[in-house]
Amino acid sequence: MKFFQTKLANGLQVIAELNPSVHSVAMGFFVRTGSRDETPEVSGVSHFLEHMVFKGSDKFSADDVNRVFDEVGAKYNAATAEEGTLFYGAILPEYLTITFELFANILRPALREDDFSMEKKVILEEIGMYDDQPSFLAYENLMQSHFAGHPLGQSVLGTNESITALSCEQMRKYHHDRYLAGNITLAVAGNTDWDKVVELAQQHCGHWPAGEGYRAIDEAHPKGGLKIITRPKSQQQHVMQMTPAPSAQSKLRFAAEILSVIVGDGSGSRLFWDIVDPGLAEAADLDFAEHDGSGAYLTYLSCDPEATEENLALIRSIYDDVNKNGIREDELELAKNKVSSRVVLRSERPMGRLSSLGGNWVYRQEYRSVDDDMQTLRSITTKDIRDLLAAYPLGMTTTVAVGPLESLKI
Amino acid sequence: MPEQVIHTHQLANGLTVVVEPMRDVQSAAFSFLIPGGSAFDPVQQNGTAGILTDWITRGAGDLDSRDLSNALDNLGIQRSENTGINHLSFSAASLGLNVPAALRLYADILQRPHLPEEEFEAAMAGVEQSLRAMEDEPQRKVIIELRRRCYDAPWGLPTEGCLEDLPNITPDSVRAHFQRNLRPNGAILGIAGCVDLDEVLGVINDTFGDWATQPEPEFATAPRGERIGHIHHESTQTHIGIAYDGIEYSHPDYYKAWAAVGVLSGGMSSRLFTEVREKRGLCYSVNASLNSMKHEGRVLCYAGTTAERAQETLDVTLGELVRLGDGIESHELERCKARAKSSLIMQQESTSSRASSIARDWHFLKRVQTLDDIRRDIDELTVESVLAYVHQHPARDFTVLTIGPNQLNVT
Repeated sequence: MKFFQTKLANGLQVIAELNPSVHSVAMGFFVRTGSRDETPEVSGVSHFLEHMVFKGSDKFSADDVNRVFDEVGAKYNAATAEEGTLFYGAILPEYLTITFELFANILRPALREDDFSMEKKVILEEIGMYDDQPSFLAYENLMQSHFAGHPLGQSVLGTNESITALSCEQMRKYHHDRYLAGNITLAVAGNTDWDKVVELAQQHCGHWPAGEGYRAIDEAHPKGGLKIITRPKSQQQHVMQMTPAPSAQSKLRFAAEILSVIVGDGSGSRLFWDIVDPGLAEAADLDFAEHDGSGAYLTYLSCDPEATEENLALIRSIYDDVNKNGIREDELELAKNKVSSRVVLRSERPMGRLSSLGGNWVYRQEYRSVDDDMQTLRSITTKDIRDLLAAYPLGMTTTVAVGPLESLKI
Repeated sequence: MPEQVIHTHQLANGLTVVVEPMRDVQSAAFSFLIPGGSAFDPVQQNGTAGILTDWITRGAGDLDSRDLSNALDNLGIQRSENTGINHLSFSAASLGLNVPAALRLYADILQRPHLPEEEFEAAMAGVEQSLRAMEDEPQRKVIIELRRRCYDAPWGLPTEGCLEDLPNITPDSVRAHFQRNLRPNGAILGIAGCVDLDEVLGVINDTFGDWATQPEPEFATAPRGERIGHIHHESTQTHIGIAYDGIEYSHPDYYKAWAAVGVLSGGMSSRLFTEVREKRGLCYSVNASLNSMKHEGRVLCYAGTTAERAQETLDVTLGELVRLGDGIESHELERCKARAKSSLIMQQESTSSRASSIARDWHFLKRVQTLDDIRRDIDELTVESVLAYVHQHPARDFTVLTIGPNQLNVT
């Protein structure tokens, strides 16, 4: 695998990790804009705009877009989160040119009024769909509570009200302000050549307007709290909690990543052995989420409503123990073995490399090869974990519960 | 397409091993399909196989539950255990050099599990809670309940089990299920990736060669549920499930059936997506897929939409399913072929997909199709041949199940 990088005159960053021995090539436009960059009156516009991109440009109609992607057999999609909108696809190398042209072209979408009205209905259906998924509902509310007053607390989907009120003109302005070349990274992974990537970028993106989108990245200082959403007819109780963790820019993030595996991986972790394995809960896990300037440990518990408080007390005692005593050498070693195998397996597909390639660049202007990741992983010590815990102990700062319970003691 | 070599080897006890060595990868994956899926759950004990799937990894051979889990984790094994209709499946992936050691651990799990009495309740509780969680997610539940209504039992029973039956299941009944069903004859092991063929075959002969065969057990059949149904749920959306007859995996027309469903729901230019979502904005999620088993198959469709637009969504979706018989455009079929071609090639970047694919092929076909074989079958499809299939197997006699606040009118 070989890494390449350049920046076009308009500020578009282009990076690639190329590998002639794979069968496909993956490409992604990482636009550094998401719900945290929205004002309240356009809440949900980043995600809605992501949908509208696929409604086409002056050159391609909505039908053309869907048709061309299918004609080349692309595996493609897009995703919007708090701080990024990603458009990505994997194709056979011979279809890179046509796929590239299409993606680059629709990133300057026509935003036609009739398409906007029709897609608005789809967005409202998507909001309805997630409303029927308790764990998603818990996550959405947790982000809002934990980051209340901070841009990270702004909803990705928006609400029925904000989406209904949104106008196509407001979306056009948002696109005009945020989809600037300096705010976008093009990443390519897999089987193609660098000259071709640069040529395609020049040809199809070279005329994009220059400029960077502003974003304040102050660290959040969550006040914490408890929010209960009672759904009397639900069978299970879903609880999600957040507490501050290192940001995407912090050196402590590697330790946080492996700590989440040791404490809260889906199997073989402390939460697994003490809570899931004995059948006390359907799920109990800990994740680490990095953001620009802030980070969070995310705890998820799904169990019988009556067992909720007892399980939370167990989780609390595990966190207290880890904060006080750190973790054992053998736990760290085991987690390293698990994670290194995950890294290798994921890296065998260009699509698997793309998110890590783009993510490292967007957050840190940094290229990290699979070997870099392996070396960093191997070098983490129990002392690093202690240093992490001194700065960012595990905890339960903010809690959201969805299920039959009307009250909950934390 | 690069040359693909697939080796098949059968042990004297019937265990079939299918190996596809792959270049340019460091990883290897394997997929065990072991007889004893939910179709063999005793009557009114639906969930027996599901509990066994959890219980079986709680200690095996010389290792207790925790040591076994640690041993697998130390080998970097990414694993999953699933209950299927026919089989329990055990999938694993890691660096290729760790595969021989991993196979030895699985030999213990499959032949010498401890099934410890004191951990039975925990395994049961895990299954019970995941069934309860499913009750809270109508989008998942609608397909499970739809299958109950479009297949006879045991084929339509939920592989995960059902809450009403769990109290009837005991440690002894699960042990009996293990002894009666888990056996080498009928078992399949697919391996793909960076492995040395002779080395893995040697390990497999060593560790699975003495596994004793068992007679094939019988299972009880029972009629399916009502064809049209509604389950009341205070959800935001109405979740619609529709089924109609398809064909089995080994049917000579399988790829025609696959293409017919591909025209309906193969990509974002497919008919359901275009007509239901893009033109009318009725849904976020609408899809159809071919659900082929060994002896029969169905097409299963899903659409989720807010209650007030649910009737229109159902009517438009059924209309599109029927309209397929009126004709197919050649470009629609060409797009299905293009998507298939790229999927087939990209499969070669994933040892896990290849391992499960070759194991599944052996189960359904008693042979393994190379990617070239599949590509040839797909290239041969024509609009006429796919349409002839649609006319022979038209979309009609629908099974319809809805979950949501209001019942719909099914005409």
